[in-house]
Amino acid sequence: MEDRIYEKYFRQHRLPHIWCPGCGNGIVMKAIVEAVEKQKLNRDNTVIVSGIGCSSRASGYMDFDTLHTAHGRAIPFATGIKLANPKLNVIVITGDGDCTAIGGNHFIHGARRNVDLTVVLFNNSIYGMTGGQASPMTPVHKKATTAPYGSVDRPFDACHLAEAAGAAYVARSTAFHVQHLTDMIAGGIARDGFSFIEAVVQCPTAYGRKNKMADPAQMMMWMRDNAVMKAAWDKLPTDKRDEKFPIGVFYQHEFTEYGKAYNEVIEMAQGGKK
Amino acid sequence: MKAEIFLKSERCKGCGICVAFCPKKVLAIDALGRCSIVNPDECIACGQCELRCPDYAIFVDKKKVAK
Ligand SMILES: Cc1ncc(C[n+]2csc(CCOP(=O)(O)OP(=O)(O)O)c2C)c(N)n1
Ligand code: SF4
Ligand code: SF4
Ligand code: SF4
Ligand SMILES: [Mg+2]
Repeated sequence: MEDRIYEKYFRQHRLPHIWCPGCGNGIVMKAIVEAVEKQKLNRDNTVIVSGIGCSSRASGYMDFDTLHTAHGRAIPFATGIKLANPKLNVIVITGDGDCTAIGGNHFIHGARRNVDLTVVLFNNSIYGMTGGQASPMTPVHKKATTAPYGSVDRPFDACHLAEAAGAAYVARSTAFHVQHLTDMIAGGIARDGFSFIEAVVQCPTAYGRKNKMADPAQMMMWMRDNAVMKAAWDKLPTDKRDEKFPIGVFYQHEFTEYGKAYNEVIEMAQGGKK
Repeated sequence: MKAEIFLKSERCKGCGICVAFCPKKVLAIDALGRCSIVNPDECIACGQCELRCPDYAIFVDKKKVAK
């Protein structure tokens, strides 16, 4: 068998990973390392930071300098790393609960500051690790242990949230669209500023089983049939949108990166004296 | 056979994603609940199985044409 480049980025002795059969997290983890390879990042200068959740366990399988932090706090840890050593490429792995519930404030303020991070949100629409409680991204009418009759809370669109809060790059893809997902992440890595990529993933165990989609392949077929490329989405009449959702790059903008702004302050404060 | 398929069965969790997305019905879940190759000659080396396997348990190499 020919060597696979993605395999060199995994901690081989820790595989197979702990995720359930058919869990989409493994697919997104591979897309991240493929994007790292695509952007030719130096592994010794690349740090993976994750919060808490099934998705956040990815950092334990990735052969980089990695940091598995506290629930909702991956972005603050990553901000500290980037400011302490701006040469580093910092990639954040988070979940829909981690990023938009307990970590919601860190998320919007990370975007507002525009620190040069690449944040990949694994959106499985549920708290997977703790057994299936509804998250702020659980769609209306979908079931969770905390919403046995279906959720009535309106979900966040994390991409809209990131854009409104000031992110420099906002994109979405799915575990079905592996190559597209890799491109979306690579685009985020390339951008100097706060990049946000939502990866729609299947959680057959905590979400699928409660919502008549226990089969992981069926969940991926749902992604195939409902994800619409942005250009086509923009032309799609509202009454035809139904369960469909857009994927692609939604927003890109050049803002002053936080570290650079901060360096100017340091220079000013030192008054030119060394 | 256009390809050689390799399985790392110790990683396979039998999720069936590769089976569902294979356009040529090359793969099936065996009695032990793992992926097995049942129709190797039909494989067109499209790589769909490897692309979406969440456990990095299946690999497809295109066969090099002998000159
Ligand atoms: C401070 C704190 N509160 C609550 C928890 C319990 N907890 C662990 S993971 C999790 C939710 C994870 O959901 P998500 O971020 O969507 O990740 P997933 O497991 O779905 O990938 C919660 C509430 C915790 N570990 N720490
Ligand atoms: S509970 Fe869901 S998210 Fe967690 S490992 Fe299982 S399938 Fe994946
Ligand atoms: S997709 Fe991978 S883990 Fe799932 S059955 Fe096929 S080889 Fe096994
Ligand atoms: S390469 Fe394509 S045809 Fe061959 S086994 Fe995989 S999915 Fe099936
Ligand atoms: Mg989740």
